[in-house]
Amino acid sequence: MTFKRTISTIGAAGMALSLVAGAASARDLTVVSWGGNYQDAQKKIYFEPYAQKLGKPVLDESWDGGIGVIAAKVKAGEPNWDVVQVETEELELGCTDGFYEKIDWDKLGGKDKFLAAGAHDCGVGAIVWSTMLSYDGDKLKDTVPTSWADFWDTEKFPGKRGLRRGPKYSLEFALMADGVKPADVYTVLRTPEGVDRAFKKLDEIKKDVVWWEAGAQPLQLLASGEVVMTTAYNGRISGINKTEGKHFKVVWPGSIYAIDSWVVLRNSPNKDDAMNFIAFASAPENQSKLPEYIAYGLPQKEAAAAVPANLAADLPTAETNLVDAVALDGAFWVDNVEELTSRFNAWLAQ
Amino acid sequence: MLSAGFLCASPASAEGRVNACCEGHLSAFINLERISKSFGSFKVVDELDLEIAQGEFLSLLGPSGSGKTTILMMLAGFVEPTSGVIKLQGQRIDHLPAHRRNMGVVFQNYALFPHMTVAENVAFPLIMRGMAKAEVGERVGRAIDMVQLTPIKDRKPAQLSGGQQQRVALTRALVFEPSVVLMDEPLGALDKQLREHMQFELRELHRRLGLTIVFVTHDQGEALTMSNRIAVFNAGRIEQLASPEAIYDRPETRFVAEFIGETNMFAGKVEARDGARAKIRLDAGPMVEANLTSEFASGAVALVSVRPERVRLAETSNAANAVPVKVLDTVYQGDHLRVRLAGSGVEMVAKLERKARAWAVGAEAFATFDPEECTVIAP
Amino acid sequence: MMSSVTRARLTALGLITPLMAFLLVFFVWPLATMMMASVTDGTVRGVLPQTATVLAQWDGVSPPNAEMSAALVTDLRMPVDSLAFGDAVRRLNSELSGFRSLMSRTASAAKGATEGQALDLVAIDPRWGDAKYWLAMKRAMPLYTDRYLLAAADLERDASGDVAALDANTSANRQIMLRTFLIAASVTLLCAAIGLPYALIAAATKGWVRAILLIAVLLPLWTSLLVRTAAWFILLQNEGLINDALKTIGLISEPLPLIFNRTGVIIAMTHVLLPFMVLPIYSGLLTIPENLMPAAASLGASRLKAFRYVLLPLALPGLMSGSLLVFMVALGYYITPALVGGANDQMISSVIAFFATGTANWGMAGALGLILLVVTTVLYLVYGRLSRSPTMVAT
Repeated sequence: MTFKRTISTIGAAGMALSLVAGAASARDLTVVSWGGNYQDAQKKIYFEPYAQKLGKPVLDESWDGGIGVIAAKVKAGEPNWDVVQVETEELELGCTDGFYEKIDWDKLGGKDKFLAAGAHDCGVGAIVWSTMLSYDGDKLKDTVPTSWADFWDTEKFPGKRGLRRGPKYSLEFALMADGVKPADVYTVLRTPEGVDRAFKKLDEIKKDVVWWEAGAQPLQLLASGEVVMTTAYNGRISGINKTEGKHFKVVWPGSIYAIDSWVVLRNSPNKDDAMNFIAFASAPENQSKLPEYIAYGLPQKEAAAAVPANLAADLPTAETNLVDAVALDGAFWVDNVEELTSRFNAWLAQ
Repeated sequence: MLSAGFLCASPASAEGRVNACCEGHLSAFINLERISKSFGSFKVVDELDLEIAQGEFLSLLGPSGSGKTTILMMLAGFVEPTSGVIKLQGQRIDHLPAHRRNMGVVFQNYALFPHMTVAENVAFPLIMRGMAKAEVGERVGRAIDMVQLTPIKDRKPAQLSGGQQQRVALTRALVFEPSVVLMDEPLGALDKQLREHMQFELRELHRRLGLTIVFVTHDQGEALTMSNRIAVFNAGRIEQLASPEAIYDRPETRFVAEFIGETNMFAGKVEARDGARAKIRLDAGPMVEANLTSEFASGAVALVSVRPERVRLAETSNAANAVPVKVLDTVYQGDHLRVRLAGSGVEMVAKLERKARAWAVGAEAFATFDPEECTVIAP
Repeated sequence: MMSSVTRARLTALGLITPLMAFLLVFFVWPLATMMMASVTDGTVRGVLPQTATVLAQWDGVSPPNAEMSAALVTDLRMPVDSLAFGDAVRRLNSELSGFRSLMSRTASAAKGATEGQALDLVAIDPRWGDAKYWLAMKRAMPLYTDRYLLAAADLERDASGDVAALDANTSANRQIMLRTFLIAASVTLLCAAIGLPYALIAAATKGWVRAILLIAVLLPLWTSLLVRTAAWFILLQNEGLINDALKTIGLISEPLPLIFNRTGVIIAMTHVLLPFMVLPIYSGLLTIPENLMPAAASLGASRLKAFRYVLLPLALPGLMSGSLLVFMVALGYYITPALVGGANDQMISSVIAFFATGTANWGMAGALGLILLVVTTVLYLVYGRLSRSPTMVAT
């Protein structure tokens, strides 16, 4: 009897499990983004209105990036995410690795409505954001840094500098500090000599660098005076200036901008809704609301044009801000990130 | 002081000391003078005086909370008296830390060190005294051998039975030849049979080694069997300090009479006194004669206490003390007959010999008892 | 007829089945997968079977020949699952940077060409003329490989197939691994040095004092890791509370570097991990009978000796398990070192995380994990032997 009962208990547990699995297959559209203020804004202008339009709930989750996460989701069979906002490398990598559905560009009104870098076979541009030199305008007043050469000049600007830990950005900025023109950065970096040159330039300020990892850290470092200048994300800088009354300044020339894109994971059970959501989030009347909340540029050209001038001036996509700015070369990093990260770690350890 | 090797002290000399101690004229070995201990406003021990003789087995008996354990803890040095003086051989020790008092303590739950073997436990006090390793080994070996623990000397306490743990604790408390052995209800955790066996062993040990033992218990039987003297504690004071016989047969207070054994109590007034005797007019009518253990004025209200086994039943009232009673109940208890009696409003119990004549329920009789075997006590 | 014994056994088996299943699914299986991932290497062979056969005959030294090119083109023309192809490309790219663009360019050229037409690979991409790309493919062909394990230990197979050390400029896994153990060990020692007296005091006190002591040590567990780390930032930075206080009382004139270096990492990690040390010691102390210390005193042990010979040995099992817990948990830390550490305080977990989530190179992540696991297991065995040493009091 007891034995039989045990068996039936196990059976019941199994059934409960399959019920859970069954519930998963009928789940609602799930959109994944970067969390924080940014996702709050997205919720207000994309997720909630779209749920209303759809008549079904839209679930949203946040993640911290990494192609490994996407790979794990997709290889598990049916992914539990549908739409994900990814960075350039994840777009490139995932697209060649077959992790994403191909975009139905007809639904979006054709590729030419978008900036070139925001119109990919596998992804639709969602925002344009920049990594740049920034400093506290309240602390540096008379002589202010204007270039990466100034960032490297520890005599003119004594104190520590903040850089994001990792080869990405650090190598590009080092080359620009060493006199490479912004337009030539990736050409130089594609040669072994170029990589050596970048590391050699990094050697010069190695002992003066505080390495940061999370996007909120450089703001903390600047606010506390721990560093005299740092690299930072433009959206964060204008955000803290607005909310905390800081006067952090940014240097647009030599900044590196990148596009984050919406992708649909391969074998998504909500593929149609997912594509429709991307179209909704790319519609000019919806997308143009974003800069009100956070200073990111818009890849949809009509949406960008609809942004009020006072807001547009702070965006990476503003005409004046694009002078001498570099577009992040996703293809380069996709090819070289492993090797350069190992080398970067070894360089740090020396 | 004990001579070399506690287990090897010559029986003869030990015997001598024990005998000396019990004669009544003792030079005090330990003195407690006006000792008080309060926890906050609560007085656990109240201005207590106590003398302990060398070689004596003194039991501190009383209900829980009566202060007997606190006295032991103050002797051991774990509790500091609020006021008063403790002397050992004339030297004040009340401010000496516990580890310098050289007293062996046996705890209620033995307090064996769980991470050490039997041998290591026994060696502990010797090592603490900085004894040379070879000597420690020799002494421990001898002590363990003596209490027949050698086969289990490498076991940990958790692998021992209760009786074995008890024996290890005792050996450990004795191996360094302490001046006094303090025992806090050491047999409380043992079952009845083992407890009786250990009582016997303890008495043996005391007799053979001439140890000075202060033994805390709430078990009156244990105190009566083992002690040279018993101090009965109540509410922080000593009610009576005397030999077991005196405590039992001539209780000085109502508390002692009631706490130790069973007793019958009659209320009355003192009418006349004659040396150690008094005549008491019982409230129920009859006049009885009883031993006086303390001062009573004529006409003072008093109680007469008599133990049930000292009561006889008779048809006539021609004994010195005779109280008219009626038989309520007779119960056969194997070694004696237990008879419940009612006499003019007082209920009493008599333990009669098994072979005594059978009394019918409802029979009228007289309860008689020898004046030698009853005591006048304050109400 | 089932005997009652058999039935009882089956019932028992049935009862532990859920537990066994849980262990298998959530412990054994991932571990086995990780180990397999660190030594298997079948992805390229699966997608390029012809090329595999041809490359097996190639000596790896002579220039690339037409047969090899033809085999590759044939393979690329075969319809394959895009996921499998992606895996193969990722694998080749991690062998030699540049393969990703090379393969996608070549694959689309091969698919675009008409059937049977011979393709000049060098014309599509001049890199095909370089033997090193072919050699990389040849190396990626075997089903099992030791490259991940070797790379995890800063080693590689050189052109002749012998194990050789990687250039110190390109890989620092061994150093990072050593650093990880050093940091974990320092944190463990510090936790023990603080945790033991702390637990002793907590166990010796009663009532609200004890409650406050325990809450103080438990509080970090109930706070988010980021909040705790941010709090340390406020305390330790150059113009933080500690430096300000030290400057005010005139002990220092220049701020002490307390953050973005090893000091900061060890302070923050010790704070976070202290509960794992205090709680086992504390709960161990609570089980010690109260009368052991009086007993030791009555037997002639001064407070110091009673502590040394009675309390300390009895607290030791708690200290040991606390140390083990702290050490093991510390090994896996990477967020705290990332936030309050300096350039040289990155721990091995962050490298593993980089390969696992950053580049989906699960072979490399598995190999680093495996090495960490083996070293940890060895340390655990040594620890097991040490903690079973005899008691300190000799007879």
